[in-house]
Amino acid sequence: MKARIKFRKYGCMKFIGHLDIMRFFQKVMRRADIPIAFTGGFSPHMIMSFANPLGVGLTSDGEYFDIELTDKIDMELAVERMNQVSVEGIDIVNMVPISDDKKQTGMSIVAAADYLSSLKSGTFPEDWKERVALFMEQPAITVLKKSKKSEKEVDIKPMIYKFEVRDESVYMQVATGSVENLKPELVMQALCEFLSVDLETVSFAHHRLEVYANIGTDGKNQFVGLDQVSA
Amino acid sequence: MRKLALSDDILLKIEKPARYIGNEVNSVMKNKDEIDVRFAFVFPDVYEIGMSHLGIQILYDMLNRRDDVWCERVYSPWTDLDKIMREENIPLFALESQDAIKDFDFIGITIQYEMCYTNILQVLDLAQIPMFAKDRSEEHPIVIGGGPCTYNPEPLADFFDIFYIGEGETELYNLMDQYKEWKVSGKSRKEFLEMAAEIPGLYVPSFYDVAYKEDGTICAFTPNNAHAKPVIKKQIVMDVSDTYYPEKPVVPFIKATQDRVVLEIQRGCIRGCRFCQAGMLYRPTRERDVEVLKDYAYKMLKYTGHEEISLSSLSSSDYSKLQELVTFLIDEFKEKSINISLPSLRIDAFSLDVMSKVQDVRKSSLTFAPEAGSQRLRNVINKGLTEEIILEGAGQAFEGGWTRVKLYFMLGLPTETEEDMKSIAHLAEKIAKRYYEIPKDQRNGKCQIVASTSFFIPKPFTPFQWATMLNKEDYIEKANIVNHEMKAQLNHKSLKYNWHEADVTVLEGVFARGDRRVSKVLLEAYKLGCIYDSWGEHFRYDLWMQAFENTGVDVAFYNLRERDLDEILPWDFIDIGVSKEFLKREWKNALAEKVTPNCRMQCAGCGAMNFGGGVCFES
Repeated sequence: MKARIKFRKYGCMKFIGHLDIMRFFQKVMRRADIPIAFTGGFSPHMIMSFANPLGVGLTSDGEYFDIELTDKIDMELAVERMNQVSVEGIDIVNMVPISDDKKQTGMSIVAAADYLSSLKSGTFPEDWKERVALFMEQPAITVLKKSKKSEKEVDIKPMIYKFEVRDESVYMQVATGSVENLKPELVMQALCEFLSVDLETVSFAHHRLEVYANIGTDGKNQFVGLDQVSA
Repeated sequence: MRKLALSDDILLKIEKPARYIGNEVNSVMKNKDEIDVRFAFVFPDVYEIGMSHLGIQILYDMLNRRDDVWCERVYSPWTDLDKIMREENIPLFALESQDAIKDFDFIGITIQYEMCYTNILQVLDLAQIPMFAKDRSEEHPIVIGGGPCTYNPEPLADFFDIFYIGEGETELYNLMDQYKEWKVSGKSRKEFLEMAAEIPGLYVPSFYDVAYKEDGTICAFTPNNAHAKPVIKKQIVMDVSDTYYPEKPVVPFIKATQDRVVLEIQRGCIRGCRFCQAGMLYRPTRERDVEVLKDYAYKMLKYTGHEEISLSSLSSSDYSKLQELVTFLIDEFKEKSINISLPSLRIDAFSLDVMSKVQDVRKSSLTFAPEAGSQRLRNVINKGLTEEIILEGAGQAFEGGWTRVKLYFMLGLPTETEEDMKSIAHLAEKIAKRYYEIPKDQRNGKCQIVASTSFFIPKPFTPFQWATMLNKEDYIEKANIVNHEMKAQLNHKSLKYNWHEADVTVLEGVFARGDRRVSKVLLEAYKLGCIYDSWGEHFRYDLWMQAFENTGVDVAFYNLRERDLDEILPWDFIDIGVSKEFLKREWKNALAEKVTPNCRMQCAGCGAMNFGGGVCFES
C-alpha cells in the first residue's frame, strides 16, 4: 500500500537542498521504524518519491512525498514517531493513504502551488499595492527566462491563476508540475519590471503555502491539496 | 529559533550552506546560561571531511554528557566563505550556538595530518584569536591540540597553549574540573597552565626551552617551569569496552566522506610494520568486547538512521571475534537493507565468503597492501604479506567472480633498490597472469589490476624515524621506473599504475619530523596564502618553497640528513610506552632484513606491556 506524507520546511532547513532532504527522510524512515518498501537487487533503495522539489532558500507549509509500505500502520502514530526523530525546521503534518495507481503519484498529479513572496531587502514604490491590481490586467506578462542553454521570452500570464496583496506580501497561485511550471522568483522578476524596480536592489523570501492537484473536469480547474486527493 | 551567524545572502551565495548551519540530527543544544565551560571542537578541514572523523564524535558525546560543559563543533570554512569572512570581518563561530568561538573557554583542535597545519592558522585567524600562544591573555580561550600529529607537536608548539598526548577519554574531565576551579579563582592564565601541566599527558610547550648545537641538532630540551614534567607519558584507555562511545553520533544533512555508522572494534595493531606510526602509537592492542559492539551496532543504526555500518580498526582481521561479529551484522541487518562495509580485511576464504554476501562481486574490487614489491623489501618493512598469500587470495577471488584488484605500495622505503621498484610491476603482472589461467569460458572478460604508490615518509616513534628522505626529482624518477616497467609487462593492458604527487611528500616530511624552528615556515606560507594544502586544487608548492626561502629554513636538514641514533629527536620527551631501545633494535633488524613476529606470535619486548593490559596479557 502507498501513503503520502506532508511536511513543513522552515528556518535554517531552507538551506538544505532537495537531494539532501530526500536523504534526510530516508534516515527518518529508519529512525522512526516506518515499514517502507525497498526495490530489489544488490543495492536496494527505498520506494519514495517527492511531488515537487523545493528550491534552496525557500520555506514551505506544504511539501509532499509518497512512500510504499510493506505493512499496514497507524498513520497518526507514524506521524508522531517521525516528528520525534526529526529536527527543528522539518515538521511532519500528516500522512494519508493514497491510490496504488501509478498515474496518481504526487509527482504526476501536481498542478499548482500557492506562494507568499515578501521583500527581504530593498524597497517598493509607495503605491505598489494599488499597482499590483493592474499587474494582472496586462494583456500579456512577458519575461526573459534564462536557462543554462538559452534565453527566451515567455508569456507567464496564463500560468498565474491568482495574484494579490496580502498584508505586506504578494500571494500567488501558479502552475506547478511537469507540464507547466512557474517559479515565484520569475513572477517577482516580472513584477519588479512592471513597478520599475531594479532587480539588483531587492531580494525576496518565497514561502510555499500549498501544493495542489487538479481534480476539475472539462478543462475547468479545481485545485485540492495533495493530501485531500482521496485514495 | 536560533539566529544564524551568517546572513541569508551569504548562505545563498556560497557552496553547500549546510556546512555552516548546524541543526543536524543528534547535535547537542544547551542553554548557555547554565554552562560553566564552553568548548569548541575544531577539525581543521572542510565539514564533509571533519564530520567523518570518529574521534570528534567520541569526545563530543563524552563532553556533552556533563551538564556543566557544552561542546560544539567547528570546521574550516571553505575558501569561498573564508574570503567573505575576511572581507566582512565575521568571526569564526561554532555550529550549534552560532556564537563566536573567541568567547569560548577552550578551542580544542584535532590534528590528524600534517597538511592541515595551515588550516589551523586559518581557524585561529578567522576566530580573531592571537595566533601565537604567547600573545594570548586571560580573555582568550585556551587553545589545546590533540590527535596523532601531537606525537611530534614541536612544529606547532608556538601556536598552542597545551597539547594532549594520548586518548582524550582519560583526562579531559579532569582538565574540565581544574579549569572550572581556576575560572572562579581569579588566578592568571599562566597559573592555569601550571595546573594543566601537572595533569598526566598534558604538555605545555611554553614551559620548555630548546637549545641547539652548532650543527642544528638539538642539544637540550629542558623544562623552565617547576610544574612541567621532563617526560610526558601518553594516556590511553585500558578498558575499551567500558568507556565513552557515542550511541547517537551527529548525522550530517549533506553527504560526508564517511556517511555511515562507524564501529571501532579495537585500538592498536599487533603487526608491527616498521613504517607505520599508528601501529606504534596505539600500542598495546586493545579489543572491544563483542557483545558491547553488537549492542552499539544496533543502537547507533537506530538513532542515526544510517543505511551502512563499517568496522573501524587498523587491521580488522586480527580482531579475535571477527567471525562472530560479522555473522551477527549480516544476520541482523542484511534484511533491513543495511550495507555492511569491511575495510582492512585480509583476503582469505572467510573474508571472500563474507564479501560475496555483502557486496556485488562484479562491481567491487579486492584490496591488498603489500607496501613493497619484493619479498626482500617486505622483510625490511616487516610487512608479513607474502607473494604466495596474495596470489592465493587473488586466485580464490578470481574464481569467485571478482575481476578487479587494487594494490597499494610505497616508494622510497629504506634500502630500496631498482629491482625492488620493478618488482611492483612484476607482482601486478603475476596477479593478472593468475587471472588468465582461468579458462576463458569461466571468467568475466578482462581483469583490472590497479597498482598505486605513495612516497614513504618517515614518522616519529617508528623504527624508520631515523631514515632519510629524497628530493622531489628523485621521487618522480622512482615512479617513472615503475611506470616504465608496468608498460613492459605481457599483460600491460590489464594493468594500471597511479602515483601520488611528490611535492606534498617533501612538505609532509619536514613537518612530520620538524622542530620548533619550522613554525616560521608554516606561518610564512599561511601569510603567502597557503591553505587547504591537502586539496590538490589549492596546494601551492611554489608558495611553500618561497616560504622556506623567506625564512631561511632548509628542507634538506629535515629530510635529507642522516640522523645519528644518539641524536636528541624533537619528540624524545614524549613516552609512548614503546621504548627507544626497541625502535633502535627494529631499525637494525630492518637493515638486516630480519622479520619480527607479531604481538600474538611472540612478544618483541617493545615496552607497551607497562600499560598493564591489552594483547600483552591476553592468554
